[in-house]
Amino acid sequence: MTEHCVTTPLTDDVIMTFRAGDTVTITGHIFGLRDATLIRMFDQKAPIPADLSGSVCLHTAPGIKMVGNHYVKVSIGTTTSTRMNRFTMGLMEQGVKAIAGKGGLLEDSTQILAERHAVYLGLVGGTAASETMQIESIEEVWWPDLLPECLWKFRVRNFGPLIVGIDAYGTNLYLQNKSRAVERARTFCF
Amino acid sequence: MTNNTWSTDRYDTVADAIAKLYVKALKDMPPDVRDALTKAEQRETVKMGRTVLSTIQQNIAVADQQNLLICQDTGTPVYFIEVGERSGVNPVQLERAIRHGTVQATVTHPLRSSVVSPITRINNQNNTGYRVPVIHWEFVPDRDDVQVVIVPKGSGSENMTYFRMLLPADGVQGIKRFVLDSVVGSGGNPCPPVIVGVGIGGSSDLCMLLAKKAIIRPCGQPNPSPEVAGLENELLEAINASGLGPMGLGGLTTALAVHVEYAATHISQNPVAVNIQCWAARRGRLTVKNDGDITIGF
Repeated sequence: MTEHCVTTPLTDDVIMTFRAGDTVTITGHIFGLRDATLIRMFDQKAPIPADLSGSVCLHTAPGIKMVGNHYVKVSIGTTTSTRMNRFTMGLMEQGVKAIAGKGGLLEDSTQILAERHAVYLGLVGGTAASETMQIESIEEVWWPDLLPECLWKFRVRNFGPLIVGIDAYGTNLYLQNKSRAVERARTFCF
Repeated sequence: MTNNTWSTDRYDTVADAIAKLYVKALKDMPPDVRDALTKAEQRETVKMGRTVLSTIQQNIAVADQQNLLICQDTGTPVYFIEVGERSGVNPVQLERAIRHGTVQATVTHPLRSSVVSPITRINNQNNTGYRVPVIHWEFVPDRDDVQVVIVPKGSGSENMTYFRMLLPADGVQGIKRFVLDSVVGSGGNPCPPVIVGVGIGGSSDLCMLLAKKAIIRPCGQPNPSPEVAGLENELLEAINASGLGPMGLGGLTTALAVHVEYAATHISQNPVAVNIQCWAARRGRLTVKNDGDITIGF
Protein backbone atom coordinates (compact mmCIF):
# COMPACT_ATOMS: atom_id res chain seq x y z
CA MET A 1 0.00 0.00 0.00
CA THR A 2 1.56 3.29 -1.14
CA GLU A 3 0.75 6.74 0.19
CA HIS A 4 0.63 9.33 -2.60
CA CYS A 5 0.71 13.11 -2.11
CA VAL A 6 -0.32 14.85 -5.32
CA THR A 7 -1.04 18.33 -6.64
CA THR A 8 -3.80 19.04 -9.14
CA PRO A 9 -4.26 18.91 -12.11
CA LEU A 10 -3.57 15.16 -12.38
CA THR A 11 -1.88 13.53 -15.36
CA ASP A 12 -2.21 10.00 -16.74
CA ASP A 13 1.33 9.24 -15.53
CA VAL A 14 0.38 10.03 -11.94
CA ILE A 15 -2.94 8.17 -12.17
CA MET A 16 -1.23 4.99 -13.41
CA THR A 17 0.93 4.90 -10.24
CA PHE A 18 -2.23 4.55 -8.08
CA ARG A 19 -3.21 1.00 -7.14
CA ALA A 20 -6.40 -0.11 -5.40
CA GLY A 21 -5.84 0.13 -1.63
CA ASP A 22 -3.28 2.96 -1.87
CA THR A 23 -4.06 6.30 -0.28
CA VAL A 24 -3.96 9.73 -1.92
CA THR A 25 -3.69 13.17 -0.34
CA ILE A 26 -4.53 16.11 -2.59
CA THR A 27 -3.37 19.72 -2.63
CA GLY A 28 -4.65 22.22 -5.18
CA HIS A 29 -8.24 22.32 -6.39
CA ILE A 30 -11.16 19.94 -6.44
CA PHE A 31 -14.57 20.45 -8.01
CA GLY A 32 -17.77 19.63 -6.15
CA LEU A 33 -20.89 18.37 -7.91
CA ARG A 34 -23.76 15.93 -7.49
CA ASP A 35 -27.16 14.79 -8.79
CA ALA A 36 -28.68 18.11 -9.91
CA THR A 37 -25.34 19.42 -11.25
CA LEU A 38 -24.80 16.28 -13.34
CA ILE A 39 -28.39 16.27 -14.60
CA ARG A 40 -27.91 19.85 -15.81
CA MET A 41 -24.57 19.01 -17.44
CA PHE A 42 -25.41 15.77 -19.17
CA ASP A 43 -29.20 15.38 -19.37
CA GLN A 44 -30.06 19.01 -20.01
CA LYS A 45 -26.78 19.47 -21.92
CA ALA A 46 -26.04 22.90 -20.43
CA PRO A 47 -22.64 24.27 -21.45
CA ILE A 48 -20.19 23.34 -18.68
CA PRO A 49 -18.86 26.60 -17.26
CA ALA A 50 -15.51 25.28 -15.93
CA ASP A 51 -12.53 23.42 -17.38
CA LEU A 52 -12.59 19.99 -15.73
CA SER A 53 -9.59 18.49 -17.56
CA GLY A 54 -7.15 16.79 -15.20
CA SER A 55 -9.49 17.51 -12.30
CA VAL A 56 -10.74 15.68 -9.22
CA CYS A 57 -14.55 15.81 -8.96
CA LEU A 58 -16.03 15.20 -5.52
CA HIS A 59 -19.64 14.09 -5.07
CA THR A 60 -20.83 16.70 -2.60
CA ALA A 61 -23.43 19.32 -1.75
CA PRO A 62 -21.86 21.52 0.90
CA GLY A 63 -23.39 23.48 3.73
CA ILE A 64 -22.37 27.13 3.27
CA LYS A 65 -23.09 30.63 4.52
CA MET A 66 -22.96 33.92 2.66
CA VAL A 67 -20.60 36.59 3.99
CA GLY A 68 -21.26 39.57 1.75
CA ASN A 69 -21.04 38.11 -1.74
CA HIS A 70 -18.73 35.30 -0.68
CA TYR A 71 -19.60 31.67 -0.13
CA VAL A 72 -18.02 30.49 3.13
CA LYS A 73 -17.78 26.81 4.15
CA VAL A 74 -19.93 25.51 7.02
CA SER A 75 -19.78 21.76 6.42
CA ILE A 76 -18.38 19.99 3.38
CA GLY A 77 -18.44 16.19 3.12
CA THR A 78 -19.38 13.61 0.55
CA THR A 79 -22.36 11.61 -0.65
CA THR A 80 -23.20 8.21 -2.15
CA SER A 81 -21.52 7.88 -5.55
CA THR A 82 -23.49 4.95 -6.96
CA ARG A 83 -26.49 7.28 -7.40
CA MET A 84 -24.47 9.12 -10.02
CA ASN A 85 -22.93 6.06 -11.66
CA ARG A 86 -24.48 6.77 -15.06
CA PHE A 87 -22.61 10.09 -15.40
CA THR A 88 -19.12 8.57 -15.30
CA MET A 89 -18.64 8.61 -19.10
CA GLY A 90 -19.77 12.25 -19.30
CA LEU A 91 -17.15 13.27 -16.74
CA MET A 92 -14.45 11.28 -18.55
CA GLU A 93 -15.28 13.12 -21.79
CA GLN A 94 -14.56 16.36 -19.90
CA GLY A 95 -11.09 15.01 -19.02
CA VAL A 96 -11.81 14.31 -15.34
CA LYS A 97 -9.05 12.11 -13.87
CA ALA A 98 -10.51 11.22 -10.48
CA ILE A 99 -14.04 10.89 -9.16
CA ALA A 100 -14.21 11.10 -5.37
CA GLY A 101 -17.08 10.13 -3.12
CA LYS A 102 -18.27 7.30 -0.92
CA GLY A 103 -19.51 3.78 -1.58
CA GLY A 104 -17.75 3.30 -4.94
CA LEU A 105 -19.06 2.99 -8.50
CA LEU A 106 -20.45 0.03 -10.44
CA GLU A 107 -19.00 -2.42 -12.98
CA ASP A 108 -19.58 -0.31 -16.10
CA SER A 109 -17.87 2.69 -14.49
CA THR A 110 -14.94 0.47 -13.46
CA GLN A 111 -14.39 -0.38 -17.12
CA ILE A 112 -14.76 3.23 -18.25
CA LEU A 113 -12.22 4.41 -15.64
CA ALA A 114 -9.73 1.79 -16.89
CA GLU A 115 -10.23 2.78 -20.54
CA ARG A 116 -9.84 6.46 -19.73
CA HIS A 117 -6.92 6.15 -17.26
CA ALA A 118 -8.88 7.53 -14.34
CA VAL A 119 -9.60 6.43 -10.75
CA TYR A 120 -12.23 6.52 -8.04
CA LEU A 121 -11.09 7.87 -4.68
CA GLY A 122 -13.10 6.84 -1.62
CA LEU A 123 -13.75 8.99 1.42
CA VAL A 124 -15.20 7.72 4.66
CA GLY A 125 -18.84 8.78 4.56
CA GLY A 126 -20.03 11.05 7.34
CA THR A 127 -16.62 12.53 8.13
CA ALA A 128 -17.41 16.07 7.03
CA ALA A 129 -15.87 17.73 10.10
CA SER A 130 -12.39 16.52 9.09
CA GLU A 131 -12.92 17.30 5.40
CA THR A 132 -14.20 20.80 6.14
CA MET A 133 -10.93 21.52 7.95
CA GLN A 134 -8.95 20.38 4.86
CA ILE A 135 -10.80 22.68 2.48
CA GLU A 136 -9.20 26.11 2.52
CA SER A 137 -11.85 28.04 0.64
CA ILE A 138 -14.66 28.03 -1.87
CA GLU A 139 -13.07 29.75 -4.87
CA GLU A 140 -15.82 29.68 -7.47
CA VAL A 141 -19.47 28.75 -7.68
CA TRP A 142 -21.52 28.17 -10.82
CA TRP A 143 -25.30 27.57 -11.08
CA PRO A 144 -26.27 29.11 -7.70
CA ASP A 145 -29.94 28.36 -8.49
CA LEU A 146 -29.14 24.69 -7.74
CA LEU A 147 -28.00 25.46 -4.16
CA PRO A 148 -26.65 23.32 -2.52
CA GLU A 149 -26.06 21.28 -5.71
CA CYS A 150 -24.11 23.98 -7.56
CA LEU A 151 -20.84 23.35 -9.38
CA TRP A 152 -18.21 24.24 -6.78
CA LYS A 153 -14.48 24.85 -6.97
CA PHE A 154 -12.65 24.33 -3.68
CA ARG A 155 -9.04 25.10 -2.82
CA VAL A 156 -7.67 22.24 -0.71
CA ARG A 157 -4.52 21.50 1.23
CA ASN A 158 -3.69 17.90 2.17
CA PHE A 159 -7.22 16.76 1.43
CA GLY A 160 -7.47 13.13 2.50
CA PRO A 161 -6.10 10.56 2.81
CA LEU A 162 -8.55 9.15 0.26
CA ILE A 163 -8.55 5.42 -0.52
CA VAL A 164 -8.01 4.33 -4.13
CA GLY A 165 -11.23 2.32 -4.32
CA ILE A 166 -11.11 1.74 -8.09
CA ASP A 167 -7.83 1.97 -9.94
CA ALA A 168 -7.15 2.43 -13.64
CA TYR A 169 -6.32 -1.28 -13.97
CA GLY A 170 -9.90 -2.43 -13.43
CA THR A 171 -9.72 -3.32 -9.73
CA ASN A 172 -12.82 -2.25 -7.77
CA LEU A 173 -12.37 -2.85 -4.02
CA TYR A 174 -16.02 -2.10 -3.27
CA LEU A 175 -17.42 -4.65 -5.71
CA GLN A 176 -14.78 -7.25 -4.85
CA ASN A 177 -15.51 -7.02 -1.15
CA LYS A 178 -19.28 -6.80 -1.62
CA SER A 179 -19.47 -9.90 -3.80
CA ARG A 180 -17.52 -11.87 -1.15
CA ALA A 181 -19.87 -10.58 1.57
CA VAL A 182 -23.01 -11.36 -0.45
CA GLU A 183 -21.74 -14.89 -1.05
CA ARG A 184 -21.04 -15.39 2.68
CA ALA A 185 -24.53 -14.07 3.51
CA ARG A 186 -26.13 -16.36 0.90
CA THR A 187 -24.60 -19.44 2.47
CA PHE A 188 -25.17 -18.34 6.11
CA CYS A 189 -27.27 -20.92 7.99
CA PHE A 190 -29.65 -19.53 10.58
CA MET B 1 -48.60 20.24 39.37
CA THR B 2 -50.69 18.27 36.94
CA ASN B 3 -53.22 19.16 34.24
CA ASN B 4 -51.56 22.55 33.72
CA THR B 5 -52.20 23.65 30.18
CA TRP B 6 -49.07 24.97 28.45
CA SER B 7 -48.85 28.79 28.24
CA THR B 8 -48.25 30.50 24.88
CA ASP B 9 -44.75 31.47 26.08
CA ARG B 10 -43.88 27.85 26.59
CA TYR B 11 -44.36 27.05 22.89
CA ASP B 12 -41.92 29.88 22.02
CA THR B 13 -39.41 28.50 24.51
CA VAL B 14 -39.82 25.02 23.06
CA ALA B 15 -39.35 26.34 19.48
CA ASP B 16 -36.02 27.88 20.57
CA ALA B 17 -35.07 24.65 22.33
CA ILE B 18 -35.90 22.62 19.22
CA ALA B 19 -33.60 24.88 17.16
CA LYS B 20 -30.77 24.26 19.67
CA LEU B 21 -31.55 20.54 19.80
CA TYR B 22 -31.37 20.15 16.02
CA VAL B 23 -27.92 21.77 15.85
CA LYS B 24 -26.66 19.89 18.93
CA ALA B 25 -27.82 16.59 17.45
CA LEU B 26 -25.79 17.30 14.31
CA LYS B 27 -22.59 17.99 16.29
CA ASP B 28 -22.62 15.84 19.41
CA MET B 29 -22.77 12.07 18.92
CA PRO B 30 -24.84 10.16 21.49
CA PRO B 31 -22.64 8.41 24.12
CA ASP B 32 -24.07 4.97 23.28
CA VAL B 33 -23.02 5.35 19.62
CA ARG B 34 -19.58 6.64 20.64
CA ASP B 35 -19.13 3.57 22.85
CA ALA B 36 -20.25 1.16 20.13
CA LEU B 37 -17.84 2.74 17.61
CA THR B 38 -14.96 2.56 20.10
CA LYS B 39 -15.65 -1.12 20.79
CA ALA B 40 -15.84 -1.79 17.03
CA GLU B 41 -12.45 -0.13 16.52
CA GLN B 42 -10.89 -2.08 19.40
CA ARG B 43 -11.97 -5.46 18.07
CA GLU B 44 -11.32 -4.78 14.37
CA THR B 45 -8.56 -6.95 12.92
CA VAL B 46 -8.91 -6.13 9.20
CA LYS B 47 -6.57 -3.32 8.19
CA MET B 48 -9.03 -1.48 5.94
CA GLY B 49 -11.72 -1.69 8.62
CA ARG B 50 -9.33 -0.27 11.22
CA THR B 51 -8.39 2.61 8.92
CA VAL B 52 -12.05 3.52 8.34
CA LEU B 53 -12.99 3.26 12.03
CA SER B 54 -10.06 5.39 13.12
CA THR B 55 -11.01 8.04 10.52
CA ILE B 56 -14.52 8.01 12.02
CA GLN B 57 -13.15 8.46 15.56
CA GLN B 58 -10.93 11.29 14.40
CA ASN B 59 -13.90 12.99 12.75
CA ILE B 60 -15.98 12.83 15.94
CA ALA B 61 -13.05 14.38 17.83
CA VAL B 62 -12.66 17.19 15.24
CA ALA B 63 -16.40 17.92 15.41
CA ASP B 64 -16.16 18.13 19.24
CA GLN B 65 -13.08 20.34 19.23
CA GLN B 66 -14.01 22.66 16.36
CA ASN B 67 -17.76 22.79 17.03
CA LEU B 68 -18.44 21.43 13.52
CA LEU B 69 -21.19 19.24 12.11
CA ILE B 70 -20.32 15.52 12.13
CA CYS B 71 -21.68 15.12 8.57
CA GLN B 72 -22.78 17.71 6.03
CA ASP B 73 -26.05 15.85 5.51
CA THR B 74 -28.39 17.58 7.94
CA GLY B 75 -30.92 14.98 6.89
CA THR B 76 -34.65 14.87 6.72
CA PRO B 77 -35.86 16.21 10.06
CA VAL B 78 -37.85 13.39 11.66
CA TYR B 79 -39.40 13.84 15.10
CA PHE B 80 -40.85 11.23 17.43
CA ILE B 81 -43.04 12.78 20.12
CA GLU B 82 -44.35 11.13 23.26
CA VAL B 83 -47.20 13.02 24.88
CA GLY B 84 -47.98 12.17 28.47
CA GLU B 85 -51.63 11.85 29.33
CA ARG B 86 -51.47 14.74 31.81
CA SER B 87 -48.91 16.91 30.01
CA GLY B 88 -51.37 19.68 29.19
CA VAL B 89 -49.87 20.19 25.72
CA ASN B 90 -51.80 21.35 22.67
CA PRO B 91 -50.44 19.15 19.84
CA VAL B 92 -51.31 21.66 17.11
CA GLN B 93 -49.27 24.36 18.82
CA LEU B 94 -46.41 21.95 19.56
CA GLU B 95 -46.27 20.91 15.91
CA ARG B 96 -46.09 24.58 14.93
CA ALA B 97 -43.26 25.15 17.44
CA ILE B 98 -41.31 22.20 16.02
CA ARG B 99 -41.66 23.55 12.49
CA HIS B 100 -40.51 27.01 13.65
CA GLY B 101 -37.56 25.52 15.53
CA THR B 102 -36.50 23.52 12.45
CA VAL B 103 -36.58 26.63 10.23
CA GLN B 104 -34.82 28.73 12.88
CA ALA B 105 -31.92 26.26 13.23
CA THR B 106 -31.53 26.00 9.44
CA VAL B 107 -31.56 29.73 8.78
CA THR B 108 -29.56 30.99 11.77
CA HIS B 109 -26.74 28.38 12.04
CA PRO B 110 -27.01 28.10 8.94
CA LEU B 111 -27.52 24.46 7.96
CA ARG B 112 -27.71 22.96 4.50
CA SER B 113 -31.34 22.61 3.46
CA SER B 114 -31.78 19.14 2.05
CA VAL B 115 -35.56 19.11 1.66
CA VAL B 116 -37.12 19.59 -1.80
CA SER B 117 -40.45 19.04 -3.54
CA PRO B 118 -40.33 15.59 -5.17
CA ILE B 119 -42.23 17.00 -8.16
CA THR B 120 -40.53 20.34 -8.87
CA ARG B 121 -37.28 19.71 -6.86
CA ILE B 122 -37.71 23.25 -5.45
CA ASN B 123 -35.82 23.75 -2.17
CA ASN B 124 -37.37 26.18 0.36
CA GLN B 125 -33.85 26.53 1.86
CA ASN B 126 -35.19 25.97 5.38
CA ASN B 127 -35.35 22.17 5.70
CA THR B 128 -39.14 22.14 5.69
CA GLY B 129 -41.72 21.52 2.99
CA TYR B 130 -45.13 20.02 2.42
CA ARG B 131 -45.65 17.47 5.27
CA VAL B 132 -42.03 17.88 6.38
CA PRO B 133 -40.68 17.87 9.13
CA VAL B 134 -41.92 14.33 9.58
CA ILE B 135 -43.64 14.08 12.97
CA HIS B 136 -44.81 10.89 14.66
CA TRP B 137 -47.02 11.06 17.75
CA GLU B 138 -47.48 8.60 20.59
CA PHE B 139 -49.78 9.12 23.54
CA VAL B 140 -48.61 7.68 26.84
CA PRO B 141 -50.84 7.04 29.87
CA ASP B 142 -49.86 8.06 33.41
CA ARG B 143 -47.18 10.56 32.46
CA ASP B 144 -47.21 14.34 32.66
CA ASP B 145 -44.21 15.18 30.45
CA VAL B 146 -43.63 15.57 26.71
CA GLN B 147 -40.57 14.08 25.02
CA VAL B 148 -39.42 15.07 21.56
CA VAL B 149 -36.71 13.01 19.87
CA ILE B 150 -35.19 14.45 16.71
CA VAL B 151 -33.49 12.22 14.18
CA PRO B 152 -31.82 14.20 11.39
CA LYS B 153 -32.00 11.21 9.04
CA GLY B 154 -29.14 11.10 6.57
CA SER B 155 -30.01 10.05 3.06
CA GLY B 156 -27.16 7.64 2.33
CA SER B 157 -28.76 5.25 4.80
CA GLU B 158 -32.39 6.27 4.18
CA ASN B 159 -31.98 5.36 0.49
CA MET B 160 -31.17 1.83 1.69
CA THR B 161 -34.71 1.10 2.92
CA TYR B 162 -36.55 -2.15 2.21
CA PHE B 163 -40.03 -3.51 2.67
CA ARG B 164 -41.73 -6.75 1.73
CA MET B 165 -45.02 -8.46 2.42
CA LEU B 166 -43.68 -11.96 3.08
CA LEU B 167 -46.05 -14.89 3.41
CA PRO B 168 -47.06 -16.51 6.70
CA ALA B 169 -45.43 -19.70 5.40
CA ASP B 170 -42.10 -17.82 5.05
CA GLY B 171 -42.09 -17.55 8.84
CA VAL B 172 -39.40 -15.88 10.95
CA GLN B 173 -36.86 -17.69 8.76
CA GLY B 174 -38.00 -15.62 5.79
CA ILE B 175 -37.72 -12.43 7.85
CA LYS B 176 -34.13 -13.25 8.82
CA ARG B 177 -33.15 -13.96 5.23
CA PHE B 178 -34.74 -10.71 4.00
CA VAL B 179 -32.97 -8.58 6.63
CA LEU B 180 -29.58 -10.19 6.02
CA ASP B 181 -29.79 -9.89 2.22
CA SER B 182 -31.03 -6.28 2.44
CA VAL B 183 -28.22 -5.08 4.70
CA VAL B 184 -25.37 -6.92 2.95
CA GLY B 185 -26.77 -6.06 -0.50
CA SER B 186 -26.58 -2.36 0.41
CA GLY B 187 -22.78 -2.58 0.35
CA GLY B 188 -20.99 0.56 1.50
CA ASN B 189 -23.82 2.91 0.50
CA PRO B 190 -25.45 3.43 3.94
CA CYS B 191 -22.09 4.21 5.63
CA PRO B 192 -21.49 1.09 7.72
CA PRO B 193 -21.06 0.21 10.53
CA VAL B 194 -24.80 0.84 10.69
CA ILE B 195 -27.67 0.43 13.11
CA VAL B 196 -30.27 -1.80 11.47
CA GLY B 197 -33.89 -0.96 12.26
CA VAL B 198 -36.31 -3.80 11.61
CA GLY B 199 -40.10 -3.59 11.70
CA ILE B 200 -42.07 -6.83 11.83
CA GLY B 201 -45.83 -7.18 11.53
CA GLY B 202 -48.55 -4.53 11.64
CA SER B 203 -49.96 -3.18 8.39
CA SER B 204 -47.51 -2.04 5.70
CA ASP B 205 -47.48 1.56 6.96
CA LEU B 206 -47.07 0.59 10.62
CA CYS B 207 -44.33 -1.93 9.73
CA MET B 208 -42.25 0.80 8.04
CA LEU B 209 -42.79 3.17 10.96
CA LEU B 210 -41.63 0.48 13.41
CA ALA B 211 -38.38 0.03 11.45
CA LYS B 212 -37.75 3.78 11.78
CA LYS B 213 -38.72 3.79 15.46
CA ALA B 214 -36.23 0.93 16.03
CA ILE B 215 -33.26 3.10 15.00
CA ILE B 216 -33.91 5.75 17.65
CA ARG B 217 -33.39 3.27 20.49
CA PRO B 218 -29.99 3.74 22.24
CA CYS B 219 -27.47 1.72 20.23
CA GLY B 220 -27.40 -1.92 21.32
CA GLN B 221 -30.21 -1.65 23.87
CA PRO B 222 -32.10 -4.94 23.45
CA ASN B 223 -35.83 -5.26 22.88
CA PRO B 224 -37.52 -5.98 26.25
CA SER B 225 -38.97 -9.24 24.90
CA PRO B 226 -36.36 -12.05 25.25
CA GLU B 227 -37.52 -13.73 22.02
CA VAL B 228 -37.17 -10.50 20.06
CA ALA B 229 -33.81 -9.71 21.71
CA GLY B 230 -32.65 -13.19 20.66
CA LEU B 231 -33.66 -12.45 17.09
CA GLU B 232 -31.71 -9.16 17.24
CA ASN B 233 -28.56 -11.01 18.33
CA GLU B 234 -28.95 -13.67 15.69
CA LEU B 235 -29.34 -11.06 12.94
CA LEU B 236 -26.37 -9.03 14.20
CA GLU B 237 -24.16 -12.10 14.16
CA ALA B 238 -25.26 -13.04 10.63
CA ILE B 239 -24.73 -9.52 9.25
CA ASN B 240 -21.27 -9.19 10.78
CA ALA B 241 -20.26 -12.68 9.61
CA SER B 242 -20.55 -11.34 6.05
CA GLY B 243 -17.33 -9.36 6.46
CA LEU B 244 -18.78 -6.42 4.47
CA GLY B 245 -17.23 -4.15 7.10
CA PRO B 246 -16.85 -0.41 7.68
CA MET B 247 -17.76 1.57 4.52
CA GLY B 248 -18.17 -1.76 2.71
CA LEU B 249 -14.40 -2.13 2.40
CA GLY B 250 -14.03 -5.21 4.61
CA GLY B 251 -13.93 -5.83 8.34
CA LEU B 252 -15.57 -7.43 11.35
CA THR B 253 -18.23 -4.79 12.05
CA THR B 254 -20.88 -4.14 9.42
CA ALA B 255 -23.59 -3.38 11.98
CA LEU B 256 -23.18 -1.89 15.46
CA ALA B 257 -26.61 -3.20 16.46
CA VAL B 258 -29.87 -4.64 15.16
CA HIS B 259 -33.04 -3.26 16.75
CA VAL B 260 -36.36 -4.98 16.13
CA GLU B 261 -39.81 -3.54 16.85
CA TYR B 262 -42.94 -5.53 16.15
CA ALA B 263 -46.72 -5.30 16.11
CA ALA B 264 -49.57 -7.74 15.71
CA THR B 265 -50.48 -8.45 12.10
CA HIS B 266 -53.20 -10.01 9.91
CA ILE B 267 -53.48 -13.83 9.71
CA SER B 268 -52.62 -13.74 6.00
CA GLN B 269 -49.63 -11.39 6.31
CA ASN B 270 -45.96 -11.44 7.34
CA PRO B 271 -44.68 -7.89 6.73
CA VAL B 272 -41.04 -6.93 7.26
CA ALA B 273 -39.33 -3.56 6.89
CA VAL B 274 -35.67 -2.56 7.13
CA ASN B 275 -34.58 1.02 7.78
CA ILE B 276 -30.84 1.54 8.08
CA GLN B 277 -29.13 4.21 10.17
CA CYS B 278 -25.57 5.26 9.27
CA TRP B 279 -22.73 5.14 11.83
CA ALA B 280 -23.37 8.87 12.32
CA ALA B 281 -26.51 7.90 14.22
CA ARG B 282 -27.40 11.36 15.39
CA ARG B 283 -30.31 12.07 17.66
CA GLY B 284 -31.38 14.51 20.36
CA ARG B 285 -34.05 14.40 23.04
CA LEU B 286 -36.00 17.26 24.53
CA THR B 287 -37.99 16.65 27.70
CA VAL B 288 -40.57 19.19 28.82
CA LYS B 289 -41.90 18.57 32.30
CA ASN B 290 -45.36 19.66 33.24
CA ASP B 291 -43.91 22.49 35.40
CA GLY B 292 -42.18 23.86 32.28
CA ASP B 293 -38.68 22.58 33.10
CA ILE B 294 -36.84 21.73 29.85
CA THR B 295 -33.88 19.37 29.53
CA ILE B 296 -31.87 18.40 26.47
CA GLY B 297 -30.19 15.03 26.10
CA PHE B 298 -30.05 12.01 23.80
